[in-house]
Amino acid sequence: MLPAELLTTITTLALALLVLGGAVCVVTLSNLFRAALCLGVVLVGVAACFLLVQAEFLAFVQILVYVGAVLTLIVFAIMLTARITEQPSGPARRQGGLAAVVSLALFALLAVTTQTLAWPQPAQEPIPLGTLGQQLVTTFVLPFEVVSLVLVAALVGSVALAASPRRAPPTR
Amino acid sequence: MSLVRALLLVSCALFSLGVYGILTRRNAVGLLLAVELILNASALNFVVFGRVFGDVHGQVFALFVIALAACEAVVGLAIILTLSRTARTILADQVNLLKG
Repeated sequence: MLPAELLTTITTLALALLVLGGAVCVVTLSNLFRAALCLGVVLVGVAACFLLVQAEFLAFVQILVYVGAVLTLIVFAIMLTARITEQPSGPARRQGGLAAVVSLALFALLAVTTQTLAWPQPAQEPIPLGTLGQQLVTTFVLPFEVVSLVLVAALVGSVALAASPRRAPPTR
Repeated sequence: MSLVRALLLVSCALFSLGVYGILTRRNAVGLLLAVELILNASALNFVVFGRVFGDVHGQVFALFVIALAACEAVVGLAIILTLSRTARTILADQVNLLKG
């Protein structure tokens, strides 16, 4: 029987490897379909990280919205544009070296900044789901409604954008 | 290393990888994948901060980030589909319809 702390460490390490390995595949694979599947791995890994900090509802939302909806959409888009993508048109990537330097510098900056801070120990009790729901419909009711409005506007707008162009109705 | 520091490190690395993807990808769908990585990193940060400080705001904002990421993906994919229809390309550096 492993002690709980060791178990947490092992789980965190495995999750970090899964998420970061998947993310490296997402940005480096030249086959976009495989990159999208790796994105699925990353999203599930992040959901597991949510579980690790006892945010169960967020983990479910992540899997439902991201893996269920967004990833499906992206796979659809990749398949719909596959015929265009197959035409050879130069390298799949550009300015790789410079981008690597910039992103490594950014990572170093962020890591040094966050790791040198003194973080308090997490609170013993996780946030109960009831509090989250109550806050959503009391304190955050305005942002909540605005987000719903944005969602509707985005859906209607994208349908209007992506619908096949129709001829204008005959004018009398 | 505590759980909080480890998760923050993962989030930083995820963000930087997303930036790398945005800087290097030519395909517009690839850019969207990289943006999803960045948004996930920020949501993970919000949740971890909410846990550390015992505050519900972190989870609420992570929810908003996830919902707005879904909006962004929908609109982005609609634009890419329209682009593939009108400009016959989805390589971001070949789209110059607005160039004077």
